[in-house]
Amino acid sequence: MEPVARLDNNHELTLKEFPFLIKWRDDRCKRCGRCTAVCPMFSITPAVIAKRVVSSSGATPTPHVERQVVTVIKQSTNIGNYCTGCATCSLVCPNEAIEPEYNPNNKFLIHKNAAGGAYTRGGRRNDPLVSTLDRLKFTRISMLTDPALDAGRHEFRIRTYLGRILPAEELPVKFVNGSGEMDASGGKFIPPVREIYPVMIGSMSVGALSPTMWEGLAMGITYLNEVEGMPVVMCSGEGGMPLRLLKSRFVKYFIPQIASGYFGWDEIIRAIPHMVEDPCAIEIKYGQGAKPGDGGLLMAHKVLKLISEIRGVPQGVDLPSPPTHQTKYSIEEAVAKMIQSMSMAWGFRVPVYPKISGTRTAKAVLNNLVRNPFAAGLSIDGEDGGTGAAYNVSMDKMGHPIASNLRDCYLDLVKQGKQNELPLIAAGGVGKKGNLAANAAALIMLGASAVSIGKYIMQAAAGCLGDENNRCNVCNIGRCPRGITTQDPKLYRRLDVDKVAMRVVEVYKALDTELKKIFAPLGRSTELPIGMSDAISADDPAIAERLNISYVC
Amino acid sequence: MCRLSAITAKDYFSPVENILTLETMKEGHDGSGMGLILKDLGGEFESLKDKPVLSGICSDAGLAALNRYMDAAGFTLVHTWTPKIKPVRGITARDNYFARVYDYPKGINDLSLDKKEALLLKTRLTLRKMGESDESIIVFSFYPDVVTLKEVGDPLELCEFFGLDDSTLKAKIIFAQGRQNTNYAINLYACHPFFIQGFGSMTNGENTAFVPIREFLASRGFPGYIGYNSDSEVFTHILHYAARGLNYPLHYYKDIITPLKPTEIDKRPDKAFVGHLKKSLRPLCIDGPNCVIGFAPDGTCFMVQDSKKLRPGVVGGKKGKISLVSEECGLNRAVPDRDANKDIFPMRYDMVIVSPGAEEVKVWNQLQGWTTTMN
Ligand code: SF4
Ligand code: SF4
Repeated sequence: MEPVARLDNNHELTLKEFPFLIKWRDDRCKRCGRCTAVCPMFSITPAVIAKRVVSSSGATPTPHVERQVVTVIKQSTNIGNYCTGCATCSLVCPNEAIEPEYNPNNKFLIHKNAAGGAYTRGGRRNDPLVSTLDRLKFTRISMLTDPALDAGRHEFRIRTYLGRILPAEELPVKFVNGSGEMDASGGKFIPPVREIYPVMIGSMSVGALSPTMWEGLAMGITYLNEVEGMPVVMCSGEGGMPLRLLKSRFVKYFIPQIASGYFGWDEIIRAIPHMVEDPCAIEIKYGQGAKPGDGGLLMAHKVLKLISEIRGVPQGVDLPSPPTHQTKYSIEEAVAKMIQSMSMAWGFRVPVYPKISGTRTAKAVLNNLVRNPFAAGLSIDGEDGGTGAAYNVSMDKMGHPIASNLRDCYLDLVKQGKQNELPLIAAGGVGKKGNLAANAAALIMLGASAVSIGKYIMQAAAGCLGDENNRCNVCNIGRCPRGITTQDPKLYRRLDVDKVAMRVVEVYKALDTELKKIFAPLGRSTELPIGMSDAISADDPAIAERLNISYVC
Repeated sequence: MCRLSAITAKDYFSPVENILTLETMKEGHDGSGMGLILKDLGGEFESLKDKPVLSGICSDAGLAALNRYMDAAGFTLVHTWTPKIKPVRGITARDNYFARVYDYPKGINDLSLDKKEALLLKTRLTLRKMGESDESIIVFSFYPDVVTLKEVGDPLELCEFFGLDDSTLKAKIIFAQGRQNTNYAINLYACHPFFIQGFGSMTNGENTAFVPIREFLASRGFPGYIGYNSDSEVFTHILHYAARGLNYPLHYYKDIITPLKPTEIDKRPDKAFVGHLKKSLRPLCIDGPNCVIGFAPDGTCFMVQDSKKLRPGVVGGKKGKISLVSEECGLNRAVPDRDANKDIFPMRYDMVIVSPGAEEVKVWNQLQGWTTTMN
C-alpha cells in the first residue's frame, strides 16, 4: 500500500546543501524565542515535534518511556530562507544555545536560482583568499646608512592632494626682486586642489545606508576634521545629501557623488545658492568595482520619507540607476562636458573627478582625462569593493583587481611625466583582511595619491557581519541585522549613531599611527611615499614582475 | 658617509688643497673613489675659457672612436691636458685620462649659449652611450671652463697617481668628494660631484625618496636627466631643473627639496607662489639624510640640509676664500686663518649661499628670509 505522504521527500533540499547550518542545543535552550524573532531570513522557526523520551528516576532507576510533544528550533530548507550565517541569533541568545556553522560543502549557488531569478545580494566578492595587497610587504628598512625616523617623535605629514595639479612649467609666476609672485594677468586657469588625508571614506549613499549609519560616518569625519585636525573626507554616494548638511559649513568635508540615476541632484543644485562653503570635490560615478556593468537599485521598501525627500522622488518606488549614464556617448565629448558642467556649477572652485570600476580599459580613460584640463583625478575601484545590491555573478566574476590596474595607470602617467598632475585614487578591497594601513600604504607606494575605503569602515565602525564566505551579505533586502543597510526604523535604531562616529574616529587615529609606523622605517615623513616602489616587495615572483617591484622570499 | 670639500676663492688654487681637506676627514671615506670638479679654470686653461672642455677616461680603442666621432661632428681639438700618471699600488691605471679643449664646429660659435649647451649635452650623452657597455669611453662633463676628474681609490693616493701636486691644474672653484661606497656598485658614473650644463653638486647621505624623484626627472623630457647610477645625482638635476628649466631664483631650490608646511607657508610674503610650488613639485621633496653642496653657472656656491635627519655640513672662511665642507676639521685645514666663530652650520630651514669669488656669504632661511653674515 502506498503511504499518504511519500517518504523520499525527493524534491526538497537537504540541509547539507546550505552554506550555514544551525547548531542548536536543546539542553541549553530556554525557549525564549529571541533567535527566531531576530533572524532576518526567517531561516529558523519554532517547531513542535513529537518524540520518544526515555527517563529513569527513583532509588532503583527504572527506564520509563514516554511520548512527548516538545518545542524545538528548526532550520528551513527553503532556499529563500537560507541561513546567512550572520549569527544574530547567537548574539541575542541568553544561553549560547544557537550558532551557525559554515558548511564548506554547500551547493548554494546551484540552487539559488529558484523561480528563474538570478541570485542578487549585497556585500562583496566571495573570495576568501589573500589579496595581492596582502602579499606585499615593506622591505626597504632604513637603518645605518639612512637613519629611520621615529614614528612617535618625528613629525609626519600624512596628507595628499585631491585635484589637478598644474605642472611647474605652466604655473603663471613672475619674479620680482627674486621673490615669486603669481601672475594673474594672463588669465591662466589654476585648477582647485584640496589637501586631504590620503585615506578617504568611499561612496556609500544615504539610502543604501541607514540614517544612523550615514550620519554616524558623517559625524565621525566632521569630528576628525574639527577636533583632531585630520582632513578626512567622505563621498556621499549617489542619492544626495541631507539638506541641512549641504547648507552647513561642514559640507567642505564631503564629496557629493553624481551617478547615472542623478538622484538627489535637483536638491543639491537648488541648495547651491545657499551653500556657505564649497564641497570638497564632486565625484562622477561611471562604474563600481564590486559590480562592473551593473546599475544600482534601491528597492521600494527602502524608499521611505527621508530618502524620498533627499533624492527628490516619490516614496515606495524602486529606484534603479542605469548601468551606464544614458547621456554619455563618448569620453571625449560627453564625459568632458559633464566634468565641465559640474565644475561650472561651483564656479570652477571644486575639483571634479570620475570614478570607474577597475578594468583593462582604465588606461584609455586615464589618457582622456590627462588631456582634459578640468578633470581633477581618477578614482579606480577594484573588484574587491563592496556594494549594497547587485547580481552575484557581477560581484563574483566581473571586475579587475586594483593593484595591477592602479600600477599600470601610474606607470603610464610616469611615462608621460604626468604622475603629479592627475591624482589616482585607489579603492576596492583595502583592508580586506583587516590590514588597513598596510594595504593603503602599499597602494600609495604603487602610485596612488589616495585610497578609498568602504567595507572596512562598515565593519569597524558598525560591526557589519559580512565576509567573503558570503556570511550575511543581504544588504539588499532591507533587513540588515546590524541596522547598517536598512531604512526600517526598528532595525536602524539598533545602531547607535554616536558609537559609529566614535569608532570612525578611533579607526582613523589608529590608522594614522600605523601609517607612521610604516613610513618611519622607510625614512619618509615630509610627503607621502607616492610611487616609492623600491620600498615594497611581493612574496610571489609573478606578482612582483607584474607590478614592477622586487620579489623577496 | 661620504666626505665633501668645496672651496671657492677669488684667486686660483690647486685641487691639492681640497684633497688635503678630505684627508683630514679621512675617517669617513673608504677610498672607494674620488671625484673632482674644477670650475673657473686657471693655468693652461685660463686663455681658453670660452671653449668647451671634454673630461673623461677612455681605453685606447675608446679614444680612437671618440676622436672619430668628434671629428665627424666638426669639433676641433685645441688643447689636451693629461695627468702624468704615477703608478700607485692599488690603483689600476686606465689607458687615457684627459681634459680636452675643443673649438666648436663651424657656425656654432655665433649661436646662443642655449643652443651651444644643447649641442654639448647631446655630444656628451652620445659619447657616454657609445662607451657605456664596455666602459671604453667614460665622459663626465663637456662644458666651457669646467674640468672633471674621477677615479676609484683613496683621495691622497689618487692625488699622487694623477700627479696633481706638481700639475698646473688650478681653478677658483673646486669641489671634491671622497666616496664612502654604500649600497651601489662602484661605478665611476656614481661618483660625485655631478655636473650638468653649468650646475654641479655633491652630497653626503642616502636619498630615501630616490625612486619617485628619478621617475619625475626622467619624465621631464630633458635628455640630460639620465644616469642615476647614484641616488645623489638627482640633486644636481633638481638644481638644474629649478634654476635652468623653470628659471627660479637659486634659493627656491630649498623650498623644492624641503617644502614647508602650509601653516609655515602662510607666513611667507611669497606664499601664493610657494604654495603652488609645493604642490607642483611634490615629487622632488627629499626626505634626507642629505647635505647638498652645489654651484651654479655664475660661480655661486651653496650648502643645504634636508629638513629632518641632517648630515654634517659647515661653511666658513674669510672674504676671498670660503670653504663648504662636511666636517669642521676639514674647514680648519682648508682655511685655517679664518674667524671660526663665524662658521655657519646650516639647519633645517637654511641655505647658505656664497657669492662668486667668495665675496659675500648669505643665509637664506625659509621662515626668516635673508641674513648676510659676511661681505
Ligand atoms: S545565523 Fe542569522 S540567518 Fe542564520 S539563523 Fe541565525 S539569525 Fe538567522
Ligand atoms: S550586517 Fe548589514 S551591511 Fe553587513 S553584510 Fe549584513 S546586511 Fe550587509
